[in-house]
Amino acid sequence: MSDTILQVTGLKKYFRTPRGLLHAVDDISFSLERGKTLGIVGESGCGKSTTGRCILRLIEPTAGSVIFDGEEVMGLNAAQLRRRRADMQIIFQDPFSSLNPRYTVMQTIAEAVKVRGRHRTEAEIERRVLELMETVGLAERLINSYPHELDGGRRQRIGIARALAVEPKLIVCDEPVSALDVSIQAQILNLLRQLQKKLNLTYIFITHDLAVVNHISDEIMVMYLGQTVEKAPTEELFAHPIHPYTKSLLSAIPIPRVGASKNRILIRGEVSSPVDPPNECRFATRCDFCTDRCTAASPPLREVSPGHFVACCNFSS
Amino acid sequence: MSQIENKAANAPENDPILDIRDLTVHYVLEDDCVEAVNDISLQLKKGRILGLVGETGAGKTSTALAIQNLIPSPPGVIKSGQVLLNGRDVLKMSTKELEAIRGKDVSMIFQDPMTSLNPVFTVGEQIAESIRLHENCSDREALERAGDMLELVRIPRERAVEYPHQFSGGMKQRVAIAIALACNPHLLLADEPTTALDVTIQAQVLDMMLDLKRQLGTSMIFITHDLGIVAEICDEVAVMYAGRIIERGTLEEVFNRTRHPYTEGLFNSIPDIGDRKAELRPIPGLMPDPTKLPKGCAFAPRCPYSRPECIDTPQTERMFSPTHGVRCSAYADPAFRIARKEIEA
Repeated sequence: MSDTILQVTGLKKYFRTPRGLLHAVDDISFSLERGKTLGIVGESGCGKSTTGRCILRLIEPTAGSVIFDGEEVMGLNAAQLRRRRADMQIIFQDPFSSLNPRYTVMQTIAEAVKVRGRHRTEAEIERRVLELMETVGLAERLINSYPHELDGGRRQRIGIARALAVEPKLIVCDEPVSALDVSIQAQILNLLRQLQKKLNLTYIFITHDLAVVNHISDEIMVMYLGQTVEKAPTEELFAHPIHPYTKSLLSAIPIPRVGASKNRILIRGEVSSPVDPPNECRFATRCDFCTDRCTAASPPLREVSPGHFVACCNFSS
Repeated sequence: MSQIENKAANAPENDPILDIRDLTVHYVLEDDCVEAVNDISLQLKKGRILGLVGETGAGKTSTALAIQNLIPSPPGVIKSGQVLLNGRDVLKMSTKELEAIRGKDVSMIFQDPMTSLNPVFTVGEQIAESIRLHENCSDREALERAGDMLELVRIPRERAVEYPHQFSGGMKQRVAIAIALACNPHLLLADEPTTALDVTIQAQVLDMMLDLKRQLGTSMIFITHDLGIVAEICDEVAVMYAGRIIERGTLEEVFNRTRHPYTEGLFNSIPDIGDRKAELRPIPGLMPDPTKLPKGCAFAPRCPYSRPECIDTPQTERMFSPTHGVRCSAYADPAFRIARKEIEA
């Protein structure tokens, strides 16, 4: 029996700009089961971070519905939303700018612990902070350190401990390892995996790194200019990519092996403007397989095999 | 292409373009001394691409800056060593001599194309500037050649009159590459030139750089932390850790017959796209403090194979082939092997 924790339908975020309406997120729908990881990949400006933030209502969406654990998040008032957010946390890309430089590790994590209100006395809070530090692999002696005294990996661990402090069910991980060196990146990825198993967490993992998303996700959604172009279970997506954009994206991954096959599909040109996009396939101007159908209307997302969705006019069966 | 004279092609085939000997660069601070680059030696032949690999703080960028004698001083001090560029020691050159070679014999592309271009000049003017400085030609001729350079990096020449903000990130980086290549340098230093770019744009830029190597015979040092990029475009590899080259060799030697435990650790840390279930085995611990490097192996505290003597014994380079050098004293024991299997080519 499926246990859906998150159901996103028709999520849209438009920004008003002097040049027109910028379609940052344009009609995104997906659902996510408890304890699973959905990877959202795409290039800068495709709307993946905005999608993550809209789900948490850190940015107010223009339209759409987000049902989290059976409750419509869009309908909540400020007080209800604050309570609900304890269940939905976010970890940011840059551990350098997402921590208060004037807070020690203790203060940063304690602030989040107090939100839940389960730990009231100083001693209880400190015990809980130490417990969280242990969970994320931070040495106890660092409790009074300030962020600037710590390296990127440890700072990211503080960010994770802070997110865990409120005992969330869902964590949006927005490029959590992109700023880290490979050896540290692997430490954090392993930590996130262990935590998921231990606490039955659900992740939305936003990244541009396809090797990382392949490693950590159960399912992957590929975004291009605010829309989903393809969505499938991870193995299926890597084995049978259908959308021309997905194909070239996958072929562009540099593989650290001598003589790894280089059947690279280079994409022509640049991403077109997300401001007032015409009603056609957004990838059409760069696509080698573009036909009249592609510029006639925006293709809908269709299920082509169980769990595998693609939005491409040229794929009918 | 025909208008760009191919000067690098005239160099003798086997002479190294670049020969770094025992280079040591320190940054002397009030109380400490950051030992950024420690006694490194490297040679690069014409038309070859060397991948300089390592994590933040390994000394990659300091090495690249030293090659152009651009280490900021103070606090930087070049303690010892020679950097022979076409046989002449860059470290002994006068300011005037340096101005003559920078941009002409050696040039550099930086990581962030957003900050390395001047926002108030058109891209055409910025490319033409370096041509005008180094070659004896009129402004008009220089602008004309700037247009050629833009075409070389696959940007329409009509766009020479536009400003950097009118270009996307990938195009800006290509403009930076056009500036670096404008005088057809013998040696191009590329410091993480694709790190700020998206993968598909990165693929375009890498493809173009390989093309340039083929067309112009430019030698390159490609600084990166991405082993995938190294496998794709480099002929040779040098892996740096805490200011030392701990392993160097041909691409095939370093990737398929890895010897150093740190290089092994890097490979174990990256997710394998072919086997998503494979567990990541990160290197435990952190980089050492560059102001307090041990006398022996700086990697020893994180090394799964470390022996008590590693910390104190200065590491000498052991050659496994004429090109494959490794600094690891564990190989004093002839039976020593790391766990990573050799890969048949």
